[in-house]
Order: sequence, then C-alpha cells, then structure tokens
Amino acid sequence: MTPYSSDHRAEVRHYLVGFALALTLTALPFGLVAWGGVARIWVLAIVAGCAIIQTVVHLRYFLHLDLSRQKREDVLLILFSTLILSIMAGGTIWIVFNLAGRM
Amino acid sequence: MSGTSSLHWLIGRLDLSSLPILPALANPTPSEIVAAVAALMVILGGLGVAVLITWRGWWTSLWRDWLTSTDHKRIGIMYIVLALVMMVRGVLEGVVMRAQQAAGLDGGFLSDGHFAELFSTHGTIMIFFVAMPFIAGLINYVMPLQIGARDVSFPMLNQVSLALTAIGAALVMISLVLGKFSTGGWPAYPPYTGIAFNPGEGPDYWIWSVAIAGLGSTLSGLNFVVTIFKERAPGMKLFDMPLFTWTVLCTAIIMVFAMPPLTVATLTLALDRYLDFHFYTNDLGGNMMNYVNLFWLFGHPEVYLLILPAFGIFSEVISTFSGKCLYGYKSLVYATMVISVLSFTVWLHHFFTMGQSAHVNAAFGVASMFIAVPTGVKVYDWMATMFRGRIRLTVPMIYATGFLTLFVIGGLTGVMLANPTISYQVHNTLFLVAHFHNVIIPGVLFGLLAGYHYWFPKAFGFRLNERWGAISALFWITGFAFTFFPLYVLGLMGMPRRSASYVDPSFEPLTWVAMFGAALIFCALATLLIQLRVSIRDRAQTQVPLGDPWDGRTLEWSIPSPPPEYNFAIVPRVVGRDAFAEAKERGQGYPKPAGYEDIEMPRNTMLGMVVLIGGTALGLALVWYIWWLAVLSLVVMIGAFIAKSFVPEPHRIIPATEVAAAHEAWLAAIAKASPVTRAQETSAENRGLAALEMPEGAA
Amino acid sequence: MSKHDTIHPGLNLGEHHGAAHDKAEIGAFGFWIFLMSDLIIFGLMFALYVTMQNPMGQAGGPGPKELFDLTSALIQTMLLLVSSLSFGLASLALRHHRSRAELTFWLALTLLLGLAFLSFEARDFAAMFAADAGPSRSGFLSAFFGLVPLHGLHVASGCLWLLIMLIQIRTLGLSDLVKSRLLKLGLFWHFLDIVWIGIFSIVYLGGLA
Ligand code: HEM
Ligand SMILES: [Cu+2]
Repeated sequence: MTPYSSDHRAEVRHYLVGFALALTLTALPFGLVAWGGVARIWVLAIVAGCAIIQTVVHLRYFLHLDLSRQKREDVLLILFSTLILSIMAGGTIWIVFNLAGRM
Repeated sequence: MSGTSSLHWLIGRLDLSSLPILPALANPTPSEIVAAVAALMVILGGLGVAVLITWRGWWTSLWRDWLTSTDHKRIGIMYIVLALVMMVRGVLEGVVMRAQQAAGLDGGFLSDGHFAELFSTHGTIMIFFVAMPFIAGLINYVMPLQIGARDVSFPMLNQVSLALTAIGAALVMISLVLGKFSTGGWPAYPPYTGIAFNPGEGPDYWIWSVAIAGLGSTLSGLNFVVTIFKERAPGMKLFDMPLFTWTVLCTAIIMVFAMPPLTVATLTLALDRYLDFHFYTNDLGGNMMNYVNLFWLFGHPEVYLLILPAFGIFSEVISTFSGKCLYGYKSLVYATMVISVLSFTVWLHHFFTMGQSAHVNAAFGVASMFIAVPTGVKVYDWMATMFRGRIRLTVPMIYATGFLTLFVIGGLTGVMLANPTISYQVHNTLFLVAHFHNVIIPGVLFGLLAGYHYWFPKAFGFRLNERWGAISALFWITGFAFTFFPLYVLGLMGMPRRSASYVDPSFEPLTWVAMFGAALIFCALATLLIQLRVSIRDRAQTQVPLGDPWDGRTLEWSIPSPPPEYNFAIVPRVVGRDAFAEAKERGQGYPKPAGYEDIEMPRNTMLGMVVLIGGTALGLALVWYIWWLAVLSLVVMIGAFIAKSFVPEPHRIIPATEVAAAHEAWLAAIAKASPVTRAQETSAENRGLAALEMPEGAA
Repeated sequence: MSKHDTIHPGLNLGEHHGAAHDKAEIGAFGFWIFLMSDLIIFGLMFALYVTMQNPMGQAGGPGPKELFDLTSALIQTMLLLVSSLSFGLASLALRHHRSRAELTFWLALTLLLGLAFLSFEARDFAAMFAADAGPSRSGFLSAFFGLVPLHGLHVASGCLWLLIMLIQIRTLGLSDLVKSRLLKLGLFWHFLDIVWIGIFSIVYLGGLA
C-alpha cells in the first residue's frame, strides 16, 4: 500500500476531529435523557443546544464550510435558507399553537 | 362477480359512468350538456391536431426539432404554446362562470357541483398552467440570451421540467373526459377535499396535477438560479444584469423555496386520502388548519413569483420604448429583493379569519402593508423612465400603460385587505375575487402579453401585427374593467364568492355588467388569436432578420432573429449595463470577431418524453387506483434515469467554419441594410437594424 | 494539491479555473440548491410534527414515551455518524488519487452502514405497527410517519445511488463525470446526517425527555 501523503493525513485528522466532536455532542444529550436527574426544560435546552452545535460541526468538518472569503457565498446560501426555514417553521408553530390555545 | 369488479385489478375504479358524454345522453340537463361539449372539444381538438400533423407530415420534425430538443429557446416556446392553449380553456371557463352568475338569481343553468368544478379548474389552470408556464417560457427564451449564455446550466433537466409541467396540464385536460375534477377550489382545503367528504377522483386529479407540476417548477427555479450565477458572459457583474434577469433571479429563488410547502401540502393530503393518515381529518387528532397554513406558505410567495417577472418585462418594455435607460436601476433591484424576502413573511393574510389572536393578525397585517412600499418605488421608477423619453405607443406599451393605471388600483385594494378588520368584513366575498384578478390580470397577464409581443420578433424573425395587437390590448383593458370593477361593489354588498346562484335581486344588475365585461374579454382572446393568424399570413412584410427591431438595449437584440441554436457566435464581453445600447452608441454594435471556435452543444434526448408519458400514466394510475400501472410507470421512469446515467453525456460539435459562415453572412446583411429610425419602427422598412438617434431631452 | 482542491465536498461558489472543475462546480452548486429546497420540506415536516405532538394530536393513542426506544435511536444515530466518516474517507481517497480498491472499500462500508441503519429503522416501524401504532392511529403518528420514513426514504435512495456509483466506478472508471457524481452523493449523504440530528433531537430525545 502506498503511504499517505502528509496532506492526506492532515485531512483525515480533520475528519476525525469532527467525528469526535459529533460523538461528544451526541453522547451528551442521549446520556442526559437516559439517566435523567435534570429538570425537563433544561434537558430540552441542552438537547437543542447540542443539536445546533453539532449541525455547525458537520458543516465545518464534513462539508468544509468556514468563514473565509472564498466560501462566503456558500455560507450566505445556507444562512438565507435557514432564515426562510425559520420564518416558515417558526411562523407555523406560532400560529398553530396560538390557535390551539384559543380552542 | 360483475363485469366491472372482475376488471378491477386492470382498470381500477374506472367504469363507463366516468365518461361524461353518456350521462349527458341519459340525462340531458344544461349542466351535463356543457360538460359533454367540453369533453368533446378536448377529444376533437386533440384528434384535430393529430390529424393536422399527420396530414402535413410534421411528426418527424416535431419529434426531432421540438419534443426531444434541449435547446432553451425551443423549450421556452413549447412552454408558451402550452400556456396559450390552457389560457383558451381558462378564459372560456371564466366567461361561462360569469354567464352563470348573470343568470344566477334563483338558479342559473349549471348545477352547483358543475359550477364548483369550474371555479376549481379555472383557478388551478390559470395559476399553474397559464401563468406559470408562460413565465417559465419567457424566462427560458430570454434570460440566457440576456446574459450572453449558450444555454441554461442543465439543459436536460430543463426538458424534464417542461415534461413535468405538461403532465399536470394533461391530467387537468383528461379530467374533462374521464371522471370529474376537484370541486374544492384552487387551494383544495380539507376536510372538503378529504376522503370522508369526497371519496371521488376529483381531489386526486387536483393533487397529482399540482404536485407533479410543482416539482417541475422547483427544478426550473434551480436551473435558472444556477444559470444566472454561473453562465453570465465574461465581464457581466450582477449589477450589470438587465432588470428582467434580476427579477428572474428573485423569482427563481422563490421557486426553490416556496414550492416545497406546496409539495408538502399536496403529498400529506394524498397520504390522508390514500393511506389513511390523519394530518387533516376531523377525527383522530388531525388538524386541518395545518393545511391552510402550509398551502399559503406556498400561495403567497407564489403570487410574487408571478408578478416579479412581469415587473421585469415592464421595466424592459418601458425603457426600450421610451428610448432611455431605466430610471433608478438600483432602486428597482433592491425593491425586487425586498419584495422577495417580504413575500415569505405575510402568508397569514389569506386566513385572518381562522381564529388566531389579534396579535398574530396584526403582525402579519403590518408586514403585508410593507410590501406596498417597494412596489410603490417601482411605479415611480417606471414613470420617471418614461418622463421626457421618446415614447412609442406600440402594443407592449399599451399594455404597460394599462398596467400602470389598473395595477395601482389593485395594489391599493390589497393594502385595504391587509388590514385584518377590513379582511373580516369582505373575506370570502367577490371583493377579494375583484382584488386578485385586479393584480393578476393587469399585472401578470398584461406583463406576459407585453413580453410576448416584445420578444416575438426575436423568436420568429417577424413582428406581430400592430393593429390587431392594439385592438386586443384595448379589449383586455376595457374588458377587465367591466368584468372586475363591479365585483368590488358586489363584494361590499355582501355577495359571497364561489356562489352558483343567489336570492338577493339587488346583485343582479352588476352581474350583468360583469357578464358584458367577460364578453369583451372573450373578444380580447379572439382578437389575440386572430392577430397571430394575420401576422403569420403577412409575415413577408414584417421580417426583422437583422435582429433589432425596437432599438433594444440588452444583449438578446445583438444577435440575428431567430437566433442560431448556439445563440452567440462569439460569447460577448460585457462592460457595464445596457451593454448593447452602449455599444451601438459607440458605433460598435456589430463588431467583426477576430476568429471563431468550435461550439459544443448538448444532443437531443428522449428523457423528457419518457417522463411525460410515464408521469401521465402514473398520475392517471394514482387517480383511478390502477396499482399495477402506477408501479410500472414509476419503475420505467426511474430505470430510464439510471440507464441514462450509464451513458456519458453526449455532445455535438458545431464546427467553427459553419458558425463563421452564418455569422459573416449576417454581418454582411447588416452592412448592406439601411438603418431605420423609430418613426419607421412599425413599417415594412424595419428589418431589424436601428438608426442611431438621440432621444430628445436625454442629452 | 492546489488550495481550492481541498475544499470538496463543499459548496464552493467562488470563482475558479479549469473547465472540468467549473462543470463539477456548477453541478455541485445546483445540487446544493436542491438540498436547500429539500431542507424546507424536512423543516416543514418537523413543524407539522411539533404541532401534532400533543394530547390533541395523539387523540388518546400512544405517545412518544410508550413508543420510542432510546437504545435503538442511539444505534441508528451511531450508524449514520460512522457512515458520514466513512464517506468522508472515501472522498479523501478519491481526491488524493488512492487506489480504486481503497475508494471502493470506503464506499462499500458506507453502503453497509446505510443498510444497517435502514434495517434498524424498519425494525422499529414494524414494532410500532405490531403495537397498533401505525399512521392511521392518530394525527401525531401520522406526523411521525410522515417525517421519519421520509428521511429513511432519502437514505434508501442514497443507498441505491451508492450502489450505482460502485458499479459505475467499475464500468466508467474514475472519469470526471463519475467524480462529480461522487461529490454530489457526498453532499447528499452528509446532508442526510444533518437532518438526522434534527430527528433524534426533536423526535426521540424531545419525546423521551
Ligand atoms: C381572463 C378572464 C378571467 C375571467 C372572466 C375570470 C373569471 C373568474 C370567475 C368568475 C371566478 C369565480 C369567482 C367566484 O368565486 O365567484 C374566478 C376565480 C378565480 N380566478 Fe379568474 N378569471 C379570469 C382570469 C384569471 C386569471 C388570468 C387568473 C390567474 C392567472 C385567474 C385566477 C383565478 C383564481 C385563482 C380564482 C379562484 C378560484 C377559486 O375560487 O378557488 N383568473 N375567475
Ligand atoms: Cu398573499
């Protein structure tokens, strides 16, 4: 087998870092739900927080997005999609919960 | 076992009573007769076209030059033909509905169910199969030319999008002959369209035609976005793009993000109807409010998706026929962007009365009113563009003036409706019908017709007849006013929309006025078709092979009419806005290229036709519960895509010598031709070479 | 390796050079837009789920606590996460011109992990159906079966795509076309893992917390 180039090895390391982070951010919320002992509202907050951070980790380490100039447009597309999605999903939840509360 | 049930595995729930012609024979009420005549028109129309093609021996060229073509120009033209055919049906339905309401005091000639079917098909057709394909067609034809590209980024996908749109249209047409369409209006709210209330095939026809066509629009949007970002001619910065292209970019982005809610709404409704899910049912925890919300998450951006390209067209038309560059280009671009984003924040104004609290209503009401601001900016920009321009009142300009006056009225009633308290009063009345036709007809439809007249000479190499065009435009404008202004009053008087009949005699006079208007609109449609016929007959006098009949400002006018399949013999280098106008002023409109290169073009493909046939079969199979056919057509389509992926993308090379010969011949014709002034614009002398003139006051 | 070569699979909308690269770039850009459109579909299914995950939506039927199994959810999560890593290693093998066998190995591993994920998921669904907790039971379960299997369907099509690519690597070789398809498949696969973060957080952990 041909030896890996140093570039290659560095990039594998990059993926592994991402993998380790993702693993931690998965283990933490699962553990919290499995073993409990924390108020439900906190559990939910931590689950949500870990999910958001893990999403960023995936984007950063697996999809190779960062804040460099070169990738600015890519990041803008994702941010725009996130904006539209939060308007749609957030609005839906707001409206339907408001309705449910009045029924 | 009876005959039909033993055939059940083969033909699903189809049976003889699905044909409308037999019930009409058995029970000849006016309503059944109208249905039978419509069915016959579809059948005879289809047969007539087939016979004509066979008789003229057009099948091979139809197949080779059109149906399997991946050329964006041909795809664009096919979209527009589809839209025009569907428009004939949609307008006729509108006229029949107006006739029904004019006769509707204590009755009328149509059954309630038939009237409901009419407004459902009319609304669905007009939005999804007239406005959308017309827009997709113009975008396809014009946008790549405006940015100096040889084609869209994904030509094969483009063909598939057209096929998906055509499937939807085909299903709606087939529903005239086999069974019935939905009676649930164009948004198809459950529980009215739920399986418990309506187990028939109607809602299923609606679901599959809209879902499939919606997928096509999503893919078109994707294609347009990529094309604009990636295929612009070298040197063309985003802020050098023609305004139409800008509006296309915003519309395409809306397509990408606003069609998914429609997909979700239709497919979840289908799950409810087919697999006993409970998203929107009355029992077992369903929540039908969710459907309303989802539908309008799509529905509101949709209307901006429709209007923005129309704004773009008017910008081009007004600037060209005033002989001036656009006033406030940047403000128009920013206004377009603001409108696109705001369009995602106002959907609730379609259901202020659903029962949410006043706070929610107020928030969405205020957001809705904000949209009037950027739109107002645009209206002033267009007026300022005309100010002191060299205005020629050609047909597109007649539409533009009709638009500017009538659209403002429609916009103002929109601001009224954005106020939740007013909306509560007029919700579900004809006031609303008047409002949205008032923005859609003078806005979208006039824009599309203006674009059709404006770019027709580019596509076919001859101009449309001005006289008949002007007559038709005036019929549209007056017909619109007579049809829809009375509906504002009727709405305020309390007449509900979607009423087949009524008992209050005070409604009657104005429904007759509206009927008169509908007759004028019918004349508008007829004269539009006559114009096309006359223009083709007289085309020898209106040839514009040199390509620039209107003294155009943007790149599409810098090439021959009709353009060669590769569009640009030499990809232009662009500096600044209104590239072609600037070049002409410097006397460099038609530079002689230093050399030519081979051009690589995509080959024809049958993929679109496989999708068209397979998809139509799939839709019919789902509507009629013919499961074997559903599976078969799905497998065939997926198989075709996979098989295709094993064949490396085929290309065809057009040799440089061929390109050179065509281009040099055209340049030689230009050198020989005598340029015409704007005063001669509509005369036979205008062969598409514009003389250099300074507009008064613009110096 | 030039600088911009090290960025795939990513979006990379910036200005680049080289015709083949440009073409792959255009394809990848189009594919990203498709994914963003798909993201809206998923997001709305999440929103529907959230509005129906309550006693009214459950309509007296079973809720998350009675139905969901944390261990199974964790296993599925791990399978997808590891498959993301293995796909990443496949992309590296492709970019650094490693042997075709190495590339095939990582892709095949990804495929196996995907299939394993699907079989665990199917097992869960089967158990729910057996407990009379199919989509017909309640609005809540309809929303669940609208959302989670939709992701499963995506994974299944990803697996089919992987299989096709494994064949095409043999029949078409590592042509530009095949490379750019692998690039898009990578985007797809990583994207599905991100959607899964939403599913395990909102559906499983949110429901069991
Ligand atoms: C050209 C002449 C047209 C006429 C005479 C016409 C007439 C009508 C009539 C009579 C109705 C039913 C009103 C009611 O509910 O009582 C209607 C509904 C509607 N029209 Fe038109 N219309 C025309 C053009 C258009 C165009 C161009 C569009 C859109 C591009 C359009 C979209 C709709 C929609 C969406 C509905 C609502 C359908 C529903 O109730 O679900 N119409 N139209
Ligand atoms: Cu609206």
